[in-house]
Parts: sequence; C-alpha cells; structure tokens
Amino acid sequence: MNVPAELHYTKDHEWIKVEGNMGIIGITDYAQSELGDIVFVDINPNIKEVKMSESFGTIEAVKTVSELYAPVDGKVIEINPKLQDEPQVVNSDPYGEGWLIKIEITNPDQVNQLLDAEAYKNQIA
Amino acid sequence: MKTTKFYPIHQKLNAKIVDFAGFKMPIQYSSIIEEHKTVRSNVGVFDVSHMGEIIIKGDNALDFVQYVTTNDAAVLTNGRVQYSLMCYEDGGIVDDLLVYRINQNEYMFVVNAANKDKDYDWLLRNNKYDVEIRDESDEYSLLAVQGPNSKAVLQIICDRELNLEYYHFFYARIAGIDTLISRTGYTGELGYEIYFKGDEEVALKIWESIFEAGSEYNIKPVGLGARDTLRLEMGYCLYGNDIDKSTNPLEASLGWVVKLKKNNFIGKEALLQIKENGLKRKLIPILSQEKAFPRHGYEITANGNIIGKVTSGTVSPIIEKAIALGYVDIDYATEGTKVNFLIRGKEIPATVTKLPFIKN
Repeated sequence: MNVPAELHYTKDHEWIKVEGNMGIIGITDYAQSELGDIVFVDINPNIKEVKMSESFGTIEAVKTVSELYAPVDGKVIEINPKLQDEPQVVNSDPYGEGWLIKIEITNPDQVNQLLDAEAYKNQIA
Repeated sequence: MKTTKFYPIHQKLNAKIVDFAGFKMPIQYSSIIEEHKTVRSNVGVFDVSHMGEIIIKGDNALDFVQYVTTNDAAVLTNGRVQYSLMCYEDGGIVDDLLVYRINQNEYMFVVNAANKDKDYDWLLRNNKYDVEIRDESDEYSLLAVQGPNSKAVLQIICDRELNLEYYHFFYARIAGIDTLISRTGYTGELGYEIYFKGDEEVALKIWESIFEAGSEYNIKPVGLGARDTLRLEMGYCLYGNDIDKSTNPLEASLGWVVKLKKNNFIGKEALLQIKENGLKRKLIPILSQEKAFPRHGYEITANGNIIGKVTSGTVSPIIEKAIALGYVDIDYATEGTKVNFLIRGKEIPATVTKLPFIKN
C-alpha cells in the first residue's frame, strides 16, 4: 500500500496535506482499496466548515458506504469538482486527482495529533 | 478457516480475499463493476466451491425429497435440475437449494455454504424414509462459467456437444477430467456450473483449460462481490439477506416453488394457513433515480410511516441506479407505488418496480 511520507493521517484512513495554513484532504490508498469501486462521493455542496473527527460526508462504493471524517478543523474552500462525474478517480489516484476537499486550517495544533506515515503504516499492517 | 482447491490460484491472481461462510473466498480480482460487466457482455468464471453438495440415495429417495422440499420433485427426470426450498414446520425457510435428479434413487442437493451443516443436520433429523444422506461438500469443487460467451468457450474443451437446455445437466469430460455440467447459475446470463472431484492439481488443470479456451474471448475471473450485484440485478434471493427462518416463501415471492397441492411436506400446513390468512408483507424490488444507495437493514417509508426494510441493496453496475429488495407492508407492494429509502435520516424517493432491474 502506498503511504506517502509527507502526509498526515487519521486512524479512519483520511490523509491531509498541509501547505502553510491550507490543507488538502482525501482518503488513503488502503481505504480506497478496502472500499472497492467508488460510485458516489456525497459532500454537501454548501458545506462551510469541518470539525476534527466529525463527518463531512459519505463515500459510496458498490459493496458499502463509509463516513468521511475531517482530520482537523477548517473552513472549506473547495470541493473537488471531478468527484461529481468521475468518483472513480478516488480509486485510481487517491493522493492526487482523487482529493476530496481543500480547507483553511483554523486550529493548526491539531495537525500534531495526527498519525505520521510510519504510524499509519503500522495501523494498517 | 477453510479454503477451496482454487485458493492458490486466487492468491496468485492477487484477489482480495474475505472470510465467507467459513471459507477464504475471493471477493474481487480487479473491480466489482468490471467483473460484473464481463459477465453481462462476455464471460466470467466464479469459484463457488464453498457451496454444499449433499447426496440423497435409496429406494425411497423421491419420497424423502418430496417430504423435505417444497417444489414438486416428481416432475424431474434424470438429468434435470430444480430450484426448491426447505422449510420448517412453521413455514420459515431452512435454505434454498438446487435439486439434481441423478437417477430415480439418487438426488444431489446443492445448498448454501453458510447453511450446509445446518441443512445436513436437518435432513438427518427428518430422515423418516431411511435414505442414505451423505455430505460430499469437501470432495466437490464447483466453477460457474457465466455470460453470453460461456457456451462458445466451454464447447472448445468439453468432449460432448454442449446442447444443454436451461436447468438440465449431463456428465462430460473437461481436460480429461470427469465433470457434471449443468446449465444453471446465479447471474441471469447464459451459463454453466461445473462440478468435479479431485485435488488442487485437478482444479488447476480445469481452471487453466477454461482460461486457455477463453483467452480469445478475454475471459476473466469474477469474485463474490460481482456475484452479489449480478444476482441482485435479477432479483434473485440471497439466504441470510432476503430469506431466512423468519420469512416464509409466499411473502418472499417464492410461491412458484411451493407446490401446496403436493402430498405432505414439512411446512405445508403452516403455508396453507399463511395463504388462507393473506400476506401481511411482501418482498418487492425497489428502484431509485437518486444518488444515494440503499443497504441491508435500511428502513423504507411512505406517507411518513416506516413500512418496511431493505434486505439487499446496491448500485446496479448496468443501469447505474440504486436498486434494492425489501419487505414492505402488503398495501405498498404493488408495482408503481411511491416509497422512500431512509438513508442517514433523509427520505430518498423510490418506486416499487418489476424484475429484472436491468430491463427497467
């Protein structure tokens, strides 16, 4: 499983890429593989903010549905427009084109509470 | 945890493996959607060796089969197969199964893996006709070859003309190995199921022979994930989801395999009574145009009331819509009735439809 070293992870299999006070959030390669074919990503288009460990949407695969949990608090800047017509991009490129939301991080200290790549690798091992 | 004789092949193919009914089984090899479409448009191969095979033998074999199953096995001739049910005295379902008539004194029951031990015990306990009942599940391997090109592929390697009609079987050799081939399946497509005995080497030989013959058709292995979506698109019941001991065949829309005019069989009295009293609920197909997908256990509502529950639900890979089977109050069971799936607190509009879903 691909677990990029530069990202931070939740135990619920989301990742966040931190660039200054901005964060890009997605689900991990392990998560997309466990879910199988993703057919729909349901994030309220009017969502304004997300809260650490709280659900900001759901992701539907053929076999199952899973909640999406925010790694940290933040103001939502953008939802990946690709998800609407091509949700399978989360399967094919979970750390790239398959990102879910961009946020402005409002509580940067929370990033330190997340797992690093090594710790996340141990969790899914 | 048990494995089938094909397990080394699944591992080599890097299949995603899950625990299913006590077996390590492949749920998918590449993608459920891709495997599903392969079966609908081309040809795919399923390892379903976890299924149970129970042999019934003896002078009174037919009497016994008639007593423990709901369909009329007397209409079977040698080489024919019948879909049937076993019921409890109260009309609840023990299992659904295929009944193969080998000859007048011998039948084979093919039962669900998860129910096999329970079924075997049930048959032993109800053996008032003094037949021989043998569980041969561990000896048999079973491959399902399904899809419009299944016949063309199998004909290349089968030593007999593959002129089987639906729900018929015969004995033939594939790659020099003795097999029983039936024109049956759980997908709604043209397809065959191949039963044979032997070790992993024999299994590998048959597998390789099928894939070599299928190479020009781009044949693919298919996992249990697509098996489930394929059967659900057709509206076929899955034991443990849509039917179980708390449901009866009449409300499950399986009345067509219950022959109430037949002589005494287990559950007959209760089912006659249920029929006379009228059904309270019914298992029906429901379709939604919304992008929210019903799952097992979700509630169904209408006019602000909970009127039923989803027993199986998914997104159809072919029509790309939300499809489900569920029990609803009988007043809401007619085609065209507007209902809702209750999905994470939201009512999602849906309509009672007809089967199969893929014709909608």
